[in-house]
Amino acid sequence: MPKNLKQLSESPVRLTGGHRLCPGCGEPIAVRQILMATEDPVLVANATGCLEVSTTIFPYTAWNVPWIHIAFENAAAAASGLEAMYVSLKNQGKIDPDQNYKFVAFAGDGGTYDIGFQALSGAVERRHSFVYVCLNNQAYMNTGVQRSSASPLGAHTTTSPAGRVIPGKTMVQKDLTECMVAHDMPYVAQSIPGRWRDLVGKAEKAFATEGPSFINVLTPCPLGWLCDPSETVDISMLAADTCIWPLYEVENGEYKITYKPKEKKPVEEFLKRQGRFKHLFKGEDGAEIIKGIQEYTDRKWEALLKKAGEA
Amino acid sequence: MGKVMPLEGNNAIAEAMRQINPDVVAAYPITPSTEIVQTFAKFVADGKVTTNFVAVESEHSAMSACTAAAAAGGRVMNATSANGLALMWEILYITASLRQPVVLNLVNRALSGNINIHCDHSDGMGARDSGWIQIYGENAQEGYDNCIQCVAISEREDVRLPSMNCIDGFFVSHAYEMVEVEEDAAVQEWIGPYKPVRPLLDIKNPYTVGPLDLWDYYFEHKRNQLSAYPNAKEAIIEEGKRFGQAFGREYGLMECVDLEDAEVAVVALGSTAGMCKDVVADLRSKGVKAGLLKLRVFRPFPDAEIVAALRNCKAVAVFDRAASYGASYGPLYSEVAAAMYTRGANVPCVNIIYGLGGREIRPDQIADVYGKLNDIKTTGQPADPVSYVGVRG
Ligand SMILES: Cc1ncc(C[n+]2csc(CCOP(=O)(O)OP(=O)(O)O)c2C)c(N)n1
Repeated sequence: MPKNLKQLSESPVRLTGGHRLCPGCGEPIAVRQILMATEDPVLVANATGCLEVSTTIFPYTAWNVPWIHIAFENAAAAASGLEAMYVSLKNQGKIDPDQNYKFVAFAGDGGTYDIGFQALSGAVERRHSFVYVCLNNQAYMNTGVQRSSASPLGAHTTTSPAGRVIPGKTMVQKDLTECMVAHDMPYVAQSIPGRWRDLVGKAEKAFATEGPSFINVLTPCPLGWLCDPSETVDISMLAADTCIWPLYEVENGEYKITYKPKEKKPVEEFLKRQGRFKHLFKGEDGAEIIKGIQEYTDRKWEALLKKAGEA
Repeated sequence: MGKVMPLEGNNAIAEAMRQINPDVVAAYPITPSTEIVQTFAKFVADGKVTTNFVAVESEHSAMSACTAAAAAGGRVMNATSANGLALMWEILYITASLRQPVVLNLVNRALSGNINIHCDHSDGMGARDSGWIQIYGENAQEGYDNCIQCVAISEREDVRLPSMNCIDGFFVSHAYEMVEVEEDAAVQEWIGPYKPVRPLLDIKNPYTVGPLDLWDYYFEHKRNQLSAYPNAKEAIIEEGKRFGQAFGREYGLMECVDLEDAEVAVVALGSTAGMCKDVVADLRSKGVKAGLLKLRVFRPFPDAEIVAALRNCKAVAVFDRAASYGASYGPLYSEVAAAMYTRGANVPCVNIIYGLGGREIRPDQIADVYGKLNDIKTTGQPADPVSYVGVRG
């Protein structure tokens, strides 16, 4: 049973204020919500990226939990190492057997979909007990908004710029959540910071899972998405309302849609609020791409409904 | 009392690992070190160790998991070779910077390309600046002994640096030798229990490991790290003595063979040094004042000790089983020559590059080198500063 807001507000502060993430960044919102979802001690492994660099500028740290950063592509491997040592020491009777430690890996979409995918896949196959959270802002934000394989079709990024002949990113995003489902994980989910009950509930399930679990959180980035910092939460909700980012979970292979918009909004509603898609609203080429995004979104949504037995 | 038994170099190291019984081993197979991991995995499967063995999906993840596991607060080991070490390269620096006492058994092999599975030192030399202690063993016995010593050296509170226990691929890793294996309990007692320093699993004292470190502190942190290397040198000497007291085989930074009155001397690492010993004995019986400096510790580099051992020679050859592409000399030569120059030891030194990709080196070729050194000594004529021994064309 997810906690209510009052209970959540009384949770220990595990990521403090005073970090240096941008105003309106979706990442700390998601991280705080996720870390509120367990009472157990938590150890965090963080990949290189916005969250890592902005929360630990030496000699400061915004973390009230044991935290390690090693490199960019290895959050899952680092979490494997932490968890492996915990299991070893626990089996040897060197750690209180009644105390349950939890392990979380946080990484951006770059550190998850691209460079860190191998380590993630490996760690999941080995069945380490940890929660892997992808803070998915759909580009490499820390290095200046370069495209990743999570960047959606048509998005303007600094390495898929919208120009005179190429209108932003020409490929659709990788469906990583489904890749993780294909790993036969006990728990896989997608969420957004805007629906806190959804996200915290999923994190609770993830923490309660024996073995690996994966949550893909769409975390808007005002700087990279070219939107107003005050709109992070709204835009994340629009992603769910347009079904561009469906909220669902897969528990031991069972699909469940956790949020079904009463009325599925057209993708334009999501796209037009962000400067990264601005060029799509000028001219026929852009309209074609928007049509393509709508078709892709519909196809994926239909497929999801079927998997969840709702179609 | 130890037991003498025939063991391959790899199995000698696996045996040491069994006795050390690390808390976590995370590894990925690569020839010629594969057997270490395989043999150890069997120990795990048979319940002979309490280690949590993590069969990771790559060397990059192996070293990442090892580094995190060590930071979590326990004893950690690993093994690799060549491209495996190269894939760890990014993390090697981080392990050292985070001061985690991971021990990596490195079975030296040539780096691609072209792909070659046989021995040279290009892997270890490529990682020479990563901050790891590097100890080169001559044979299986030393591989075994050094593995145990690496644990003690790395874990010393004034050191806390990772170390590589290096043996030559195939020449040592796959060759049977009689190895004296000590009692399990004696090894355990000698290394002592693991003493974690600020472990991450101490959840009451949360701690941020590996933060962003900018211009205002990074340099101080690196300076701080640099100050650990002189300590490491002392630790290697002290632990080598302590090892000798316990097991009768004493170790130091290097082994000097007939160097006191040597006129011509060779500097070499690893199994080649063993062959040089035979050549020196042979030359000595013929009245040649030959000597050998078998370098055991390449990192931290023992400048002063090397110069002290060589400064009275009349000609020296430094053997490099690795090339440094684009540089004029091999890596070991460059450092020996720099040490000699800095300390005013004006001894003619030549560089011998040999044995790349497992090319054999024979005693007669080593004897030839001593012959050339004799020429330099008598004629005073400078020789080619670099020569490639055993290569066609
Ligand atoms: C091996 C390696 N390659 C490249 C980089 C440079 N780099 C640091 S963070 C980053 C992008 C991070 O993007 P993402 O994972 O999406 O996280 P975000 O910053 O957007 O939260 C890159 C490319 C690096 N640190 N290491």
